[in-house]
Amino acid sequence: MDYRQEVTGRLTELWEGRETGILKGSPEIFNRYRTDAFSQFLRLGIPDRKNEAYRYTNLEKSFSHKYEKYFSPKPDDFREAERFHCEVEDLDVWNMVLLNGFFPRGEEGLAMLPGGIWVGSMRAAAKQFPSLVEKHYNKYAKNEKDGLVSLNTALATDGLFIYAPGNTVNSKPIQIVNLLQSEQDFFSQDRNLLIADDGARMSLLVCDHAISPQHYLTNTVTEIFVGRDASFEIIRVQNQHNYSGKITHTFIHQERDSYATSNNITLHGGLVRNATWHKLNGENAETHSYGLFLADRQQHIANFVKVDHVAPNCNSTQLFKGILDENATGAFNGRIMVHKDAQNTNAYQSNNNIILSDTARMDTKPQLEIYADDVKCSHGATVGQLDENALFYLRSRGIDAREAKLMLMFGFAHDVVKNIPIEALRDRIDHLVVQRLRGELSYCASCAIQCN
Amino acid sequence: MQTDFLLQIKDLKASIDNKEILKGLNLEVKHGEIHAIMGPNGSGKSTLANVLTGREIATVTAGTVTYEGKNLLEMSPEERAREGIFLSFQYPIEIPGVSMVNFMKTAINEQRKYRGLEPLSASDFLRLMREKKELVEIDSALTNRSVNEGFSGGEKKKNEIFQMAMLEPRLALLDETDSGLDIDALRIVANGVNKIRRPDTSVIVITHYQRLLDYIVPDYVHVLYDGRIVRSAGPELALELEERGYDWIRKDADLSEETWTTDRK
Repeated sequence: MDYRQEVTGRLTELWEGRETGILKGSPEIFNRYRTDAFSQFLRLGIPDRKNEAYRYTNLEKSFSHKYEKYFSPKPDDFREAERFHCEVEDLDVWNMVLLNGFFPRGEEGLAMLPGGIWVGSMRAAAKQFPSLVEKHYNKYAKNEKDGLVSLNTALATDGLFIYAPGNTVNSKPIQIVNLLQSEQDFFSQDRNLLIADDGARMSLLVCDHAISPQHYLTNTVTEIFVGRDASFEIIRVQNQHNYSGKITHTFIHQERDSYATSNNITLHGGLVRNATWHKLNGENAETHSYGLFLADRQQHIANFVKVDHVAPNCNSTQLFKGILDENATGAFNGRIMVHKDAQNTNAYQSNNNIILSDTARMDTKPQLEIYADDVKCSHGATVGQLDENALFYLRSRGIDAREAKLMLMFGFAHDVVKNIPIEALRDRIDHLVVQRLRGELSYCASCAIQCN
Repeated sequence: MQTDFLLQIKDLKASIDNKEILKGLNLEVKHGEIHAIMGPNGSGKSTLANVLTGREIATVTAGTVTYEGKNLLEMSPEERAREGIFLSFQYPIEIPGVSMVNFMKTAINEQRKYRGLEPLSASDFLRLMREKKELVEIDSALTNRSVNEGFSGGEKKKNEIFQMAMLEPRLALLDETDSGLDIDALRIVANGVNKIRRPDTSVIVITHYQRLLDYIVPDYVHVLYDGRIVRSAGPELALELEERGYDWIRKDADLSEETWTTDRK
């Protein structure tokens, strides 16, 4: 039997038990969309390779696993998570720890940071800011395009909520450490809503960190609203293990004169697919999408990016890079869409990949679709080996071949890392990249179980 | 056995894609000597630089190269550099994301390690950088950037000489260092080489034109033609070449016009 039918069957069981499961304690605003979303999911199904956006990504290994747990952790589970301490010492941030995508203390979990920005759980936000949540929830996510987005809308029970009211500025970045820890294999859906209202400025760092060796699969939907003249920066650092699957769908909706950047740094993960949708809905908006991944063994890392230029006079850039070794596979699927009225658009896209072994594989598909006539757009993709001329140049100064290769890979990766707006984090990520390239950084290095 | 010779090339033959480029080249360089190698396009000048620095583009098919009494051809490019060979590239490579500081610090410390020396401290390294930057008149801002990234042609060549100053080689190969330089940049680069050079540093200047040799005055001038050195003399030979071109050399080398045209395509 096709694994998709079997998995859909398991999810349908969950859905049928919703009265005692999903619906219990969930915000009404979540429940409102579920029935439609679930039938949409049944119609679209789990994406397979016939789906153009998933053509090079095989979800079977992650999805066919029999997970034991689907919903939020129990209160006890959070105790250990709260003891977690991020080791980046000089990182000056507001730090919060989530467990498997869920906020501790569920319904009470909502607090205002100095400066006026609210951070907490969706459940609490639906109570405290009902009309705000109603205004934005499920307005940007494209349920009709991707079965996994509609699955999230149907089944998600909670997630992260951040609200920067008009003209608030966060004095320092917010760091969310999302720990993946469970005694059972789990498949979770978290649903996040991040709002920077008109004139607000904020930056957010999300670190996914696996600390137990169970099989995980997380299917995350994040909706981001960036109001007029607002600025929003999101940086994700994904460091998971070979048995983890991470699927993210991020929808960034921008109004006029706004600024947004998204930066996905994937250091480690069994199966990772990051889909980032940027919609430039108002004039003079600017958006940047960056991504870097390092993959080896049997890992698969995919980036899907869509930039929609709806309004005129907007700028966008996409820069995605990958380094693949051993049997790793990667995919890039990026599209710039310039709508009819989006005159004077500047849109750039670039995808560069380095393949270090004969057995690694990268598929890349840069696309442009232009319906306006006064635009500047470019796109390009490369897949290749390290530059032999550059390698020789370094060696001719006395640097040995191994070190020279590392320097070149570091330089290649730094091109993405240098765009991270927080200096302490940029340095830290440079350092993590070096460690990863030297083989010193892995989930396994800090784990007693040594599952590999 | 200690010899006077820093470098001895004997009957060197090398091919690229099975096409023989060097066809039995002989050259001997003593400590402290400056040799100029001149010749028309396609005569094998750059191939010689590649063979001497270990770039795998060319395959050596015959002959020997002895450097300080050791078999140079057995060494990796990095070993040759650590033994004191430096190539100033005709086309320096841009390496985005690798800072000049990190590049030079790694290169110097790898060379120091090879000689059994401790790595330079951060402050000693920065002092050395500052000193050498002044010596070769390179703009300070350039060394804060990625290696050669966005440098102009002249800046790239100056950067080569700056690296030479930092690494203090025993044998410097200057491959068309004058190409693409205006007269002011040429003077700065050439003076840089003269200032860096210690009495026992040997230099091989590979060049098309005589003008660089006004500043870096050679002890010997050799004409490389069709993979062989066909004439060697003092600096006056360079002036003669400047005046008369290479045609008379070609005739002297007793090659028919036919061969010449075929070779040149």
